[in-house]
Amino acid sequence: MKVKLKVKRTNPETGQSGYSNYEIEAAENVTALDALIQVREYEDGSLALRCSCRSAICGSCSMRIDGQARLACRAKVLALTRGDENHEMVVEPMGNMPVIKDLVNDMDSFWSKMRQVDPFLQPEGPEPVAEYRVPNETMIDLTHTMNCIMCGACVSDCTVLEVDRNFIAPAALAKAYRVVADPRDGHEHDRLEKLSEYGGIWDCTRCNMCVEVCPKGVAPMNRILQLREMALENGIKNNAGARHTNIFTKSIEDGGRLNEVWMLPGSVGMFNLPRILKEMPGALKMARAGKLPFAQAIPPGFPGSHKMKGMDRVRNVVRKAASLKPKKPEVTG
Amino acid sequence: MEYSKWAFWPGCVSKGAAPELYLATNRVAKELGIELVELDQATCTGAGVIQEQNPEMADALNARTFALAQQLGLPLMNICSTCQGIESMVQDKLTKRPEYLAKVNAILADEGLHYTPGLVIKNFLWLLVEDFGLDRLKKMVTRPLTGLRVGPFYGCYILRPSSILGKEEHPDRDHYLEMVIEAVGATVVDYEGSKKCCGFPILTINRENSLTQAGNHIHEAQDLGADALVSPCPLCHLNLDAQQPAAKQVTGHDIDLPIIHLPQLIGLAIGVPPKEMRMDHHVVSTKKLLEKLAAAPVRA
Repeated sequence: MKVKLKVKRTNPETGQSGYSNYEIEAAENVTALDALIQVREYEDGSLALRCSCRSAICGSCSMRIDGQARLACRAKVLALTRGDENHEMVVEPMGNMPVIKDLVNDMDSFWSKMRQVDPFLQPEGPEPVAEYRVPNETMIDLTHTMNCIMCGACVSDCTVLEVDRNFIAPAALAKAYRVVADPRDGHEHDRLEKLSEYGGIWDCTRCNMCVEVCPKGVAPMNRILQLREMALENGIKNNAGARHTNIFTKSIEDGGRLNEVWMLPGSVGMFNLPRILKEMPGALKMARAGKLPFAQAIPPGFPGSHKMKGMDRVRNVVRKAASLKPKKPEVTG
Repeated sequence: MEYSKWAFWPGCVSKGAAPELYLATNRVAKELGIELVELDQATCTGAGVIQEQNPEMADALNARTFALAQQLGLPLMNICSTCQGIESMVQDKLTKRPEYLAKVNAILADEGLHYTPGLVIKNFLWLLVEDFGLDRLKKMVTRPLTGLRVGPFYGCYILRPSSILGKEEHPDRDHYLEMVIEAVGATVVDYEGSKKCCGFPILTINRENSLTQAGNHIHEAQDLGADALVSPCPLCHLNLDAQQPAAKQVTGHDIDLPIIHLPQLIGLAIGVPPKEMRMDHHVVSTKKLLEKLAAAPVRA
C-alpha cells in the first residue's frame, strides 16, 4: 500500500517551520507511527518524533494527524485514508504546547497544570485501623480517570486553552476529579472552591473536543461536568458559572423553554451593573434587528413570565425526575 | 428509510432571539415538500447546562420529547446542533440502560406517554442530505450561488462525540455542510475554525474567552475570502452574528462577515425571497452578500 505523508517540520535553531512530503510503500495494517518510523529509518533520519511502547500505553506519541490529536501508534493508516492511496496524511505536532523539534512538543505547561491541582490524595482525620475502604461503585467511576496516560491529546486540541493560557485544561481537571471524588481525600470542599475560580471548571465551553480525542475513554469534559455538579452540591455558588446553570434550570422549570433575556443578568449577578452595561450596545443592536424576545421580558419565576403550553405536565416530570438520582455509595466497615 | 414528514422541535433560540431561523425553516421546508408537525409542548433539551446540576431532569424531559414524537408516529427533526447532540446523548444513555429507561417511562406514564428506543432524530442538515437528497436539491436550485464563498460552521454537538452521532452508518456526516454548500453552487471556504467551538456556552461566564473564540474563527474565514459563514446551529449564530460587534472589539480583528442559517442558504438557492427569511434581521448586515448574489445570473 502506498502511504503519503505531509509532515510539519520545525527547526529548533531557527524556529522556522515548513512541511516535508514523503511517499512510502507499507503493509496494509500499518499505523501512522509505523509509517513515520519507516520514514525516519529509510527516508529521512533527521525527522524527530517521540515514541516508546507502540501499544497505546505509554502516551508518548501524541501528535495531530489530519487535524486531530491522536496517538500515532493507535491510528491505522487504512482507517484514516479510507483506502484512498492518494490521501495525503497531514502530520503535525500537538497544539497548545511549544514545539521543540518537528513532532516533539515541550510538555512543561502540561505538567505544571497537573501540579496545580495537587494530584494526590490528602486524607484528613485519624487513620483507619486496617485500611481505607472505598465502595466498588466509586472505584469503578474513578477508573475512567485513572485510565489517563498523560499523552496530552486533550490539552493539544482544547479550544479554550487556545485562547486562554490560564485555563487548567482537560487533563488536569480530569485528574482533579480523580482526587476530589475519591472518598479517601479530605479536602473536597477546598479543592472544589479553588477549581471554581477563573481558569477552572466553569471556563470549559463543553465543546466535547477532549472527549473526542482522548484515546483512553477518560472523557475529561464529562469529569468537568461531574466536578460542576459536586461544586454546586458543596454550596459553591457565588460565581457566574454556578449562577448560569441555576438561572438556566430555573428558566426551564418555569417556562419549558429558555428565557434568553434573563440569562446574562442571572449569570453575572442581577446587580452587576458594570458588566450588564457592557452588554448594552450589543443588546441595542439586537433590538434594532428585531432579535430581542420581548415575550421574555419578565424573569423566570415571577408572575406573568413566559410559559409554554402544558407546563403542569412538565413540572410533574421535573418533580418526579428527582427520584432518578443515583444513591450515593456508602463507605462501610 | 427516507422520511418526508417529521415531528419538529424548533428549540428555544428559534422561538426567541433568532426568529428568522424559525421562519426560514418553515418556509424552506414547505418549498421542499417536507411536512413538519411542530411539537409545541416539548421542552428545552437542557443544552448541556441543566446536565451540570441535574442530568436526570434533562434525561426525563428529553425522553418526554421523544415520546411526544412517537405518539405522532413520526421521526424527530431539530434545527440546532446542540439539540441534536444532547438528544443523541440522551438517546444513547436510555438505550444502554433499560432499567433506567423503565423508571423514566414510569414518570412519563402520568401523561400517557412512553418512549421506545429507536426513534430517528435528525438535524435539518442530516435530513437534507440523507432523506431529501442533494441530487433532488440540485434540481430545485433556481439561483445557483455561483461565485459566493461560504465557510461552514458546524457547532460542536453535531460533530462530537462521534461515537454517539451515527457516524458508523453515515461516515460523511462531518462533511455534509461542505456538500450542501457545493450542491447550491457556492464555493467552500476551508478554514481551521469550522469544526471548533463558537464560544457561546461561556459568554456570560468568561466573556473575553468566548468572544475571542468567535472573533478568531470569523477573522480566519474572512481572511480566506469568505462572503459568509453558514451554520446549522442557532447558538453558534448568536455568538458569531449577534456578538460579532463585541467580538470585533475584544479581538481587535477587523471583522464584518454575515452569518446565515442553513435553511436561509437553501432558501436563497431555491428562490425564496430573502425578506421572507428575515435576512434583513441579522445584526451583521447581509446586504453585501445579497447584492453579490443579485449580480449573479439566475437559472431559468
